Amino acid sequence: MGKNRVAIVGTGQTFHKSHRPDVNGQELINEAVQAALKDADMKINDIDAVVIGNMDHFEGINYVDCWSVDGSGGVMRPIIKLTTGGTTGSTLAIGGYHLVGSGLFDKVLVIGWEKNSESDTTGAITPAFAPVWDRLVFAGAISGLAVEAQSYMAKYGATDKDGARVSVRDRKHACNNPHAQLRKEVSIEEVLESPVLADPIHLLDVCPRTDGACAVIMASEKYAEKIARTPDWIWGTANRHKYSYLGDVNWGELDSMAEAAGEMFEKCGIKEPRKEINVIEMYQPYSFAGIIWIEDMGIVERGKGAEYIWSGATDMGGELPINPSGGVIACNPIGATGLIRCAEAAMQVMGRAGDHQVPDVNHAVSTGFGGCMWTDILLHGKQKPQI
Amino acid sequence: MERAAIIGTGMTKIESAKHTETFADMAWEAVNKALDDAGMTIDDVDNVVTTSNDFWDGRTISCMAVGDASGASHKNVSCVEGDGTFGAFYGLSRALSGSYGTTLVTAHSKGSESISSLITNASFDPIYDRWLGMDMISASAMQANAYMERTGTTSEQLAMVSVKNHGNAVKNPLSQLPMSISVEDVLGSEMISDPLHKLDCSPVSDACCAIIIANESRVPAYSGHPVWIKGAAFCSDAYFLGDRDISRAKALTEAAKKAFSMAGITNPSKEIQVAEIYDAFTYQELMWLEEMGLCESGTAGSMLEKGEFDIEGRLPVNPSGGLLGGHPVIAAGLIRIVEIVKQLRKEAGEYQVDAKRGLAHGVNGLCGQSHCVWVLDSEG
Repeated sequence: MGKNRVAIVGTGQTFHKSHRPDVNGQELINEAVQAALKDADMKINDIDAVVIGNMDHFEGINYVDCWSVDGSGGVMRPIIKLTTGGTTGSTLAIGGYHLVGSGLFDKVLVIGWEKNSESDTTGAITPAFAPVWDRLVFAGAISGLAVEAQSYMAKYGATDKDGARVSVRDRKHACNNPHAQLRKEVSIEEVLESPVLADPIHLLDVCPRTDGACAVIMASEKYAEKIARTPDWIWGTANRHKYSYLGDVNWGELDSMAEAAGEMFEKCGIKEPRKEINVIEMYQPYSFAGIIWIEDMGIVERGKGAEYIWSGATDMGGELPINPSGGVIACNPIGATGLIRCAEAAMQVMGRAGDHQVPDVNHAVSTGFGGCMWTDILLHGKQKPQI
Repeated sequence: MERAAIIGTGMTKIESAKHTETFADMAWEAVNKALDDAGMTIDDVDNVVTTSNDFWDGRTISCMAVGDASGASHKNVSCVEGDGTFGAFYGLSRALSGSYGTTLVTAHSKGSESISSLITNASFDPIYDRWLGMDMISASAMQANAYMERTGTTSEQLAMVSVKNHGNAVKNPLSQLPMSISVEDVLGSEMISDPLHKLDCSPVSDACCAIIIANESRVPAYSGHPVWIKGAAFCSDAYFLGDRDISRAKALTEAAKKAFSMAGITNPSKEIQVAEIYDAFTYQELMWLEEMGLCESGTAGSMLEKGEFDIEGRLPVNPSGGLLGGHPVIAAGLIRIVEIVKQLRKEAGEYQVDAKRGLAHGVNGLCGQSHCVWVLDSEG
């Protein structure tokens, strides 16, 4: 737990599409920044520092912190770049939390962005892995996820129909989110009949690639309540980037989620996450993760994920709605994706989620996923955290 | 700012090519040295911040290559992309936010595996500038000309920076380019991009550096000799070179002003007693010194001539040999911090100066677009 309380006081997102040829990168970033400033009723001159991130090889621009300043508002301001792959967006959120919590800055603008249309996504992800051992075996993101799904299915008997149920949920939720890229309901049959990309993953089980940006404004306690009527207080953060080599991964269980969520819930005093958390925005890039990772998070027992999903508990109106925004399966501008989860969780706590608002949210959880099966996690709350 | 200290440092030797070592091998060496220096084990490290760059490493998610070697497997961890001084700043914030008592910060790169001209070319705007063939050296040459034109600084004065820093490097066993050279040697070396001769430019290097930052509450627990962080600040200027007066470094002036103010320094040219600054090219040492307020604008060249920046001078600058003595990109700024720590702990051996308070400096981007300034003190 931090010494200084930190809250989210404004959020902004672009309208996400598979291709945004109408804007360049700086303009895309600026769209999200302007939206967040408007949401918080602030001006760029109110901002003390900027944290920005993306994945370099998706746009081929080096030193993005420096390049972006015309769009990010970083001119004659401190700007720093954080990047950790898929977890970049959540890493940025955690970065904003520490920069404000340290007392070094009072108002920090956090920006995640990606123009995935400008690259070959799989081509840009593949060189993340060790050139000698892993790169020749695992190409891009889908192969590793397929290994995870297969391992889980072998251990716990889940089927591809169980995975499809998660995709049906998220794609339905997305229809209520004007910022989601893919807003079209699908049926279980449609998911199962869509082309297999890497067995057992079908096309409709996975996220798209997206052009988009997200900005979040964080403020210290001194300013938070003056800026926002209902700030979203950050109760705690944790992460684990456990592995460097895919060959080391404990496939079928997300160890990084189990360790990070365990640490965060313990330090924040959350004893029964399923009861105490009202909504989760999970960085869930493919459907099977929606079953597996809620087990690692401690929401349900090991092997019970599919049953919980089929019960409808995670649908809108259920016991614990997951991904009211439609999640990553509906929209995935990679460097922004984790920050969108954070922004959506904040919107739920602040009561500003519009048509996809979950009623009476006291606690929300947002997560990030990426790298070598890594997890970031944040706990959001309507009340101020104990310090 | 609440109080925090650097309680351990470690770095590899800077070399032109570490053929037998991976990124992880370098990180392992630097991290273990820092832990030994601090009198800690990896279990005493609460969280880790690595600093790397995907372009320089030729790897997407470049931090993945050093996470396990940096002991981060079961810890909270993050990665800054940029100079090591920026990584250290984020590490400092994590030690001050109350979440963690100690932060291990690392920074690495292997220039030997990279083509620096292509990599720095990718920092230029992809539509307007990149196709002109601009890279860090050609952009810096423009800046050198603009600075020399404005201040009257001469090529001979630039060359004297090279003579001084390569000479200092002779005393530093970890430097890459110890050289006893003359002004004539520098001016006679190959012209790379007018007015920068080969010996005006820092080399391509491999290295990793690590430091451990502790919140005040944790400092007494370890045997490491603490050096206190009194001020740290960073600031970025505009991106397009045409939007800036590149003969100046407004962002550096701003960052230095803030760092000095945090440290309670009112007269930096008198109160800072040693400086390790980002001399990727000879002119930069002089220009940065002026723009950060350590001497009057346009006077650094003549002060250098008088020997004021020598190891025995009034304000020793880059006694370690600086970047001209070895320039592992990303790690370079963190090494500046380590060198100041060594000076304030009186552990700098043959290049030891008499100082209680020092300044370390790092740069991101083209022609010093973004600067980070640290003020360190031997006293709490």
